[in-house]
Amino acid sequence: MCLSIPSKVVAIDEDNVATVDTMGIRRQVSLDLMGDDIAVGEYVLIHVGFAMSKIDEEDALESLKVYSEIVAQMEEAERRALVEADDACLNRETV
Amino acid sequence: MSLLLKDLYEGFRNGEAIRALSAAIARESEKLSQPLHIMEVCGGHTHTIMKYGLKQLLPPHIEFIHGPGCPVCIMPKERIDHAIALARMEDAILLTLGDMIRVPGSQSSLSQERAAGRDIRALYSPIDALKIARENPDKKVIFFAIGFETTTPMTASLILQAEKEGIGNLYFHINHVLVPPAVHAIMDDSDTRVNAFIGPSHVSVITGSKIYEPIAAAYHTPVVVSGFEPVDVMEGILRIVRQKTGGRATAEVQYSRAVTREGNLKAQEMIDQTMRPRDHFRWRGIGDIPHSALQLRGEFAHRDAEKVFADFLPTEPIDDHKLCICGTILRGLAKPDECKVFGTACTPSTPLGSCMVSSEGSCNAYYRFGGIG
Ligand code: SF4
Repeated sequence: MCLSIPSKVVAIDEDNVATVDTMGIRRQVSLDLMGDDIAVGEYVLIHVGFAMSKIDEEDALESLKVYSEIVAQMEEAERRALVEADDACLNRETV
Repeated sequence: MSLLLKDLYEGFRNGEAIRALSAAIARESEKLSQPLHIMEVCGGHTHTIMKYGLKQLLPPHIEFIHGPGCPVCIMPKERIDHAIALARMEDAILLTLGDMIRVPGSQSSLSQERAAGRDIRALYSPIDALKIARENPDKKVIFFAIGFETTTPMTASLILQAEKEGIGNLYFHINHVLVPPAVHAIMDDSDTRVNAFIGPSHVSVITGSKIYEPIAAAYHTPVVVSGFEPVDVMEGILRIVRQKTGGRATAEVQYSRAVTREGNLKAQEMIDQTMRPRDHFRWRGIGDIPHSALQLRGEFAHRDAEKVFADFLPTEPIDDHKLCICGTILRGLAKPDECKVFGTACTPSTPLGSCMVSSEGSCNAYYRFGGIG
């Protein structure tokens, strides 16, 4: 599904890879498609393991608020599954 | 999993906002001089519309027409047969994404082949293809690449990375398709009733909203690029109605959180560097649309599975089941429940056509969410 949960960059790693936090789930994503420099603390939109664009912080925080209310009760494993399904959609067929 | 996703979705219904938008659309649309037939290009939107019964929240003179934007639905059987033939080669590992694995080709599907012992893997991220190729230097690792503009740059990134690292055993079978030529094919059909479009936000994160400007101008149809939540779709519709009542037809962005006019220029460059349009591509059920898909550029011929393994690949086009009207549906000229075998001979567990296989397909969405079209 394509809810496009914003992810926060928490570290820039080697080989153009970043560690991001998506609602408490940490993952590594490729920065290969990002033209602008990405800094720790900025928000990005992820698709199948790649950061595909930056998101304005204010917008990101606003949508994160809605998402986090919904997922607050979920266990870690459930949240991970959700987060990965969210950005794995190819326009959405992997729901 | 689906239960959990459903719960998340429920939170996004945001009843109040949707009701307010519904009322605003009803008011504004009284000024419309003709009925509105909005095509949602992408299957993801079809899914949202069906799941939330958005049609019921709109006045009767606003109709949804479901479009062809489902990369799995439009994959012709002969291309699936290619994937199967590649997977059957000696020492091959075939990689792909998503529902592709379940779609029937002419004889078999990738999941059946996998059950029969072939090494076929559905990846979460295309990046994993590099790792698999590195770890299996004595195997031919083939990435069966699918998707619209959204997933194309990821494939481009893999190709460039494989070149840079000199990973010689990674090949690509490219099935990336393009939204604008498909939209033109629909509008050039004299039977079309479509007079406005909702464009998918993910495609435009990469391409920008600019790809729709020529379409809005050529057919005088508003195009609003929208997100996938019910609230986004309803807001997109309101913007379309406003364009119509204001006598305008432009490419507009509802999902401004991540979509700009220009899109992701670096991603566009990477696509351009590695791929170019094919003269022809056959869309399942629709037929040939010129320049509607991409292929690898000549410099990468050594990675092009269609060239390197040409001897293994069948070349005959294969049509869908005679009773299947998927093509008519993908062109927006019929609804799934008009198909004679919908829900009887054809169901998600016994799909006759591709529109029933993918959860993005119109027939599948109608089956699951009860034909409130
Ligand atoms: S219900 Fe099945 S057979 Fe009929 S159009 Fe849809 S996919 Fe084709």
